[in-house]
Amino acid sequence: MSYSVSVLLGVLAAVLLDVAVLRTRLVSGVAFWVVYPIVLGFQLAANGVLTGVGVVRYAPSVILGVRLAYAPVEDLAFGFALVLSTLSVWVWLGRLSLRDGSPRRPAVRGRRRPRVPGRRP
Amino acid sequence: MRHLTYLAVLAGCLAGALWLEPVLRVGVLRRWRRLLLTVALVAAGFLAWDVAAVAAGWWSFSRSYLVGLFVGPLPVEEVLFFVVVPVCAVLGFEAVRKVLRR
Repeated sequence: MSYSVSVLLGVLAAVLLDVAVLRTRLVSGVAFWVVYPIVLGFQLAANGVLTGVGVVRYAPSVILGVRLAYAPVEDLAFGFALVLSTLSVWVWLGRLSLRDGSPRRPAVRGRRRPRVPGRRP
Repeated sequence: MRHLTYLAVLAGCLAGALWLEPVLRVGVLRRWRRLLLTVALVAAGFLAWDVAAVAAGWWSFSRSYLVGLFVGPLPVEEVLFFVVVPVCAVLGFEAVRKVLRR
C-alpha cells in the first residue's frame, strides 16, 4: 500500500502546485481535460506493454492489486501527477517570460496595471 | 531484440506526439529552452521519487528488456521516460490549445 499512499500524495501535490503554488489553475480549465484523456490512452497502451511483458515488476505488498490493462491503478495516478505538474510548470514558465517583458508583447505590462482614477502617487 | 522493448515503447510515444510540431505548428520544440527547463524541473522531482521507490524495493526492472545502460539505480530508459512523457504531454497540450483557439 505504500505506493498507493505516496501516489495519492503525489496527485495532491500536483493539484496544489497547479492551483495554489504556481496558480496556473489548469484543473479548472478546458484544455487540460481535453488533452488528459488522450495522454491517458497512450499511457494505458505504453504502461500495458511495460507491465504486461514484465519490463517493470511491482512488489505485491506496495500496491492495492487493482489492475487496469495489466498496470496497477496507482500508475494512472502517477501519470496524472506527472502530466499535471509538467503542464503547470510549462504554462508558469510561459507567463514568467511574458512578465519579464517579452519584446513580442510589450503592451502586456501596461494593461495589467490600470491606473486608479483620483489616486495620484 | 527483446532488450529494445522499453526503448521501443518510448519511441512509440514520441512518434505519437512529435508530428504535432510540424503539422499543427505548435512551436513547442522551437521554445526548447522553456521545454528543457520544464523537463528538468519536473524530472528532478519524479526521478527522486523513482530512485526512492527502487531503493525501497517497490518495483524493479527486468534486465532482459533493457539495453543495459544504467544511471545510478535506474535504467537509462526509465530516465528517458521522464523526458519523453513531459515532452509528449506539452506537445499534446499546445496542440489542444491551438485547436480550441480556432
